[in-house]
Amino acid sequence: MATTQISLVRIHTEKIKPPRALWVPFDMGRPLGEPNDAAFQTRVLSAALGLLDEKEGPVLKDFPEDAGYMGESGSWACPVNLAVPQEDLSEEGKLINAFKSEMNQLRNWHDLAAKKRGRTTVGVSGIGLDALPDFIAAFLSDALPENPNPAYHLGHSLNLATDDLKAFYTEAVTAQPGCAGTPDGLADWFYGRTAAGRLLYAIRDKHSRSDDRFLRIVARALLIPSARPQRPA
Amino acid sequence: MARLEHMPESTRTHLENLPCPTFETTPFAQAPPAGQRRVAIVSTAGLHQREDRPFGLGSDDYRIIPEDVAANDLVMSHVSTNFDRTGFQQDLNVLFPLDRLKDMARRGEIGSAASYHYSFMGATEPEKMEPAARTLAKLMKDDGVNVVLLVPV
Repeated sequence: MATTQISLVRIHTEKIKPPRALWVPFDMGRPLGEPNDAAFQTRVLSAALGLLDEKEGPVLKDFPEDAGYMGESGSWACPVNLAVPQEDLSEEGKLINAFKSEMNQLRNWHDLAAKKRGRTTVGVSGIGLDALPDFIAAFLSDALPENPNPAYHLGHSLNLATDDLKAFYTEAVTAQPGCAGTPDGLADWFYGRTAAGRLLYAIRDKHSRSDDRFLRIVARALLIPSARPQRPA
Repeated sequence: MARLEHMPESTRTHLENLPCPTFETTPFAQAPPAGQRRVAIVSTAGLHQREDRPFGLGSDDYRIIPEDVAANDLVMSHVSTNFDRTGFQQDLNVLFPLDRLKDMARRGEIGSAASYHYSFMGATEPEKMEPAARTLAKLMKDDGVNVVLLVPV
């Protein structure tokens, strides 16, 4: 079988020397470049498959275009005010309160997003959206929550639940008018300006020295991107 | 974050120092003419159908994605948090171009899309995935696949 591939990290492809590879300048996670742009994706795909016409290899060529989102500013403001008035609660209580209120505010937008797109990527944890906030928030308490997925380690359930959480937030906010859906902009917003982001940093800090090795790994490496070790001020 | 030089230093350093497998030979199979190409996509994005077992730390196996998978049935359980997922959340073709591939088949630019496509979870040592990859190669041949498109994440 003949193979061709897309390459996101050129230096790796240079070392491995696969038969045919098309290096693209896009973010990791976006090998075909631009979401919702079939013409652009087709140009990338055609270029990768076009390398099959080469008679000798290894072949490594560069895709010449930047994706549209790469020219956009990453900074934008979510139009929905997610700030909530705080009662007389502990700091932890205030954070959990704010988080649950945020999820509630975004729920309608997520429902709209799923309807418009005909799909949602939320659901890998098997924990429904109604139960998700309580499950994640419980990791800030002294007693760990019950594992909803006995087939997996509790840490794996947390990992999957936070994947669902992040997907819920970004699917919801990208359905809103005026949302700049650049990777950096969305990550800045989620990790830097939401209670959910603050909560994940707090869970990481609480469990990064856990006696439970698996939970410790999840807390240290799988909740927060390594490029964002500190929550932006 | 696009080119290596634009990445945060921690990410850039990690990628620059990541060990890569190297090989003594560089095999090169000739491809059939465009109209005879039956193409399968192999992803490392940790994709699977909604009811499939999610991937976990160290997963070295793959999941099967039928060519008629419903868009809402395709989800991701890759363990890494260090790549953008928001593109996939908005449009699955940004990292799994199955619809684009089928469009190309309809226009006659390739012969056909394979009946089955596959995903591994890329945050596993490559050599641990080799046995599954070899099994998969045979399965793809049995499906009449003569071209494989490898798509990273």
